[in-house]
Amino acid sequence: MRRFIEKTIENILRLSGLATTIIILLMVVFLFKEGFGLFKNPVVERGHVLCVNASNKIEYLNSKEIKLIFDGKIENWNKLGGEDVAIELFRFNEIFSRYSEEEFGEDYKKLPEKLGEVISSSPGMIAFIPKQYMPSTQQVKALAEEKIGGADFFGGTEWIPTSVPSPQFGVLPLVLGTLLVSLVAILIALPLGLGVAIYISELASYGTRKILKPAVELLAGIPSVVYGFFGLVVLVPLVQKALNLPVGETAFTGSLVLAIMALPTIITVAEDAMRSTPSAMREASLALGATHWQTIYKVIIPYASSGISAAVILGIGRAVGETMAVLMVTGNAAVIPTSLFAPIRTIPAAIAAELGEAPVGGAHYQALFMLGCILFMITLVMSIASELISKRQPGKGV
Amino acid sequence: MKLSKKLSQSIAFWIFRILGVLVVGILLWILGFIIVNGISAISFEFLFSEPKEGMTKGGIFPAIVGTCCLIAGSMLVAFPIGIMSAIYLNEYTTNGKIAKFIRTMTNNLGGVPSVIFGLFGMALFVNAMKWGDSIIAGSFTLGLLVLPLVIRTTEEALKMVPDSFRTGSYALGANKLQTIRRVVLPTAFPNILTGLILAVGRVSGETAPILFTVAAYFLPKLPTSIFDQVMALPYHLYVISTSGTNLEATRPMAYGTALVLITLVLCINLLAAYLRRRFGKM
Repeated sequence: MRRFIEKTIENILRLSGLATTIIILLMVVFLFKEGFGLFKNPVVERGHVLCVNASNKIEYLNSKEIKLIFDGKIENWNKLGGEDVAIELFRFNEIFSRYSEEEFGEDYKKLPEKLGEVISSSPGMIAFIPKQYMPSTQQVKALAEEKIGGADFFGGTEWIPTSVPSPQFGVLPLVLGTLLVSLVAILIALPLGLGVAIYISELASYGTRKILKPAVELLAGIPSVVYGFFGLVVLVPLVQKALNLPVGETAFTGSLVLAIMALPTIITVAEDAMRSTPSAMREASLALGATHWQTIYKVIIPYASSGISAAVILGIGRAVGETMAVLMVTGNAAVIPTSLFAPIRTIPAAIAAELGEAPVGGAHYQALFMLGCILFMITLVMSIASELISKRQPGKGV
Repeated sequence: MKLSKKLSQSIAFWIFRILGVLVVGILLWILGFIIVNGISAISFEFLFSEPKEGMTKGGIFPAIVGTCCLIAGSMLVAFPIGIMSAIYLNEYTTNGKIAKFIRTMTNNLGGVPSVIFGLFGMALFVNAMKWGDSIIAGSFTLGLLVLPLVIRTTEEALKMVPDSFRTGSYALGANKLQTIRRVVLPTAFPNILTGLILAVGRVSGETAPILFTVAAYFLPKLPTSIFDQVMALPYHLYVISTSGTNLEATRPMAYGTALVLITLVLCINLLAAYLRRRFGKM
């Protein structure tokens, strides 16, 4: 009996030992299941079709072309390979201004017929209508239902999920925005963090270290939403005034906040790496007549370089995934960044800002999960890379 | 011209000294700013009444209660799993490969951004399990978020128990389970506790995971069951600092909320630091 209980407990322990593995697997399953649903969605809003005059040679349009047509950027069918006919846009609700309420008959039974009349009246007409009202005449044809493709998502340059009739889920602006903010943040944080790490591990007296280390720990403990709030009320106006910009909510402001947030990670990991330099190496360098500073940059930093690279990668990983602070200070404009001093939107900020408004199971919801997959993969690669690098034999290959 | 060894050393060292001061300066700047601006908003009424008049008046009591519920709930999830997982890792695994694999997975989970936990929590707990936006969904999401932290700190604590304690216990005729329960865990307890407190500190400040799993924009009544939505301090701070109808009038409320949140988190972290110093290094 007693043995049985022990065996059971051991099995429970074993199971909980696997908990993190199970969670990661579940995460992958759920993120990718929801995310890949995106590619099953038609390019136009679900339940709607695009109809053209039967004389039109165009058989299908991709998401980008639809957007350009309905934005009035493409005005002639010949630009899309059709005949030289001007494009005429027709949105569903315009039907109600063309016909009176009585003409649709009981329960709108004549609505499809009327739509058919409108569309067949002009050879250049393209109409965006609900599927249920699709006219049945021969003079109208529906464009083939294209699905959102990988190229539309990964290569798309516009992120406009609310665009009608064809939502744009181009991920490039968000990816570039995320990378820009994170890399600049690390460029700011690295020299600062490295300097402080050298100071703490090599120069500081016991007393100073006793102040600095808790300070770094406290900095790491401040919640990200507080950093965001601080950035919003202090750094945003400061950046705007100092650089004379129209708005203070820019990629640069985001980088500043992220740099402060990445500091503790960089400082602790780099300091640990430097501290692990064997004292024999240090003493040998000093005995050869090198000064303390020469020893630091010729012996200790090269020895700790793999630890320092691990710190940088960890820092980037943190910065890429940081949500609230970035959401609050970067201005949230989903455009491809052209300047460091303009508003941008990052992947996590897009998820946090838009998921609440996206209907569960819809294309937008799935697109946000797909963003989650991208983010998950980026951070997974980062944490594996930092682990591999920090495990590398120190001192070798430097 | 080449700088002399002495001169370049003193230039470099002065730069490092200034950087060190700068880091402390940044910390003091952030804390000072929030304390100075927030202290005037703190009053008995602010702490113990609900928000009124479009969140420009009143207090943050529901948010404080909500955060406490989430802390309690998430710890109920993370503590048992985390501690058992660490016991398995440190006391049971004889095969180095399995331990290494589990450790790698734990590290990877620890590196997953918190917003991903939010997405995952929404897909699994809110939608698939049909719990809806609720304390239980939020607690599970936050619990999983801090699981790697709990496992890592507990494992460190267990490692610090000398092997002679274990062999001594075996020599007295105790079996493995008795040794763990009567010898290893009590010895490691203070350090395990420190890790758990750190986890509480982490949970109380997280915003992204609760956005879609539990947090309510405005909900003056207190929760009555684990399937209720609640307000939470970090989310409340986010809401009133970005999307109020009258940002100027809500600012004092925002400063006050930030001060309460940061006081809570820093007190928890300081408690952990104190315990760590009191009971030996970790």
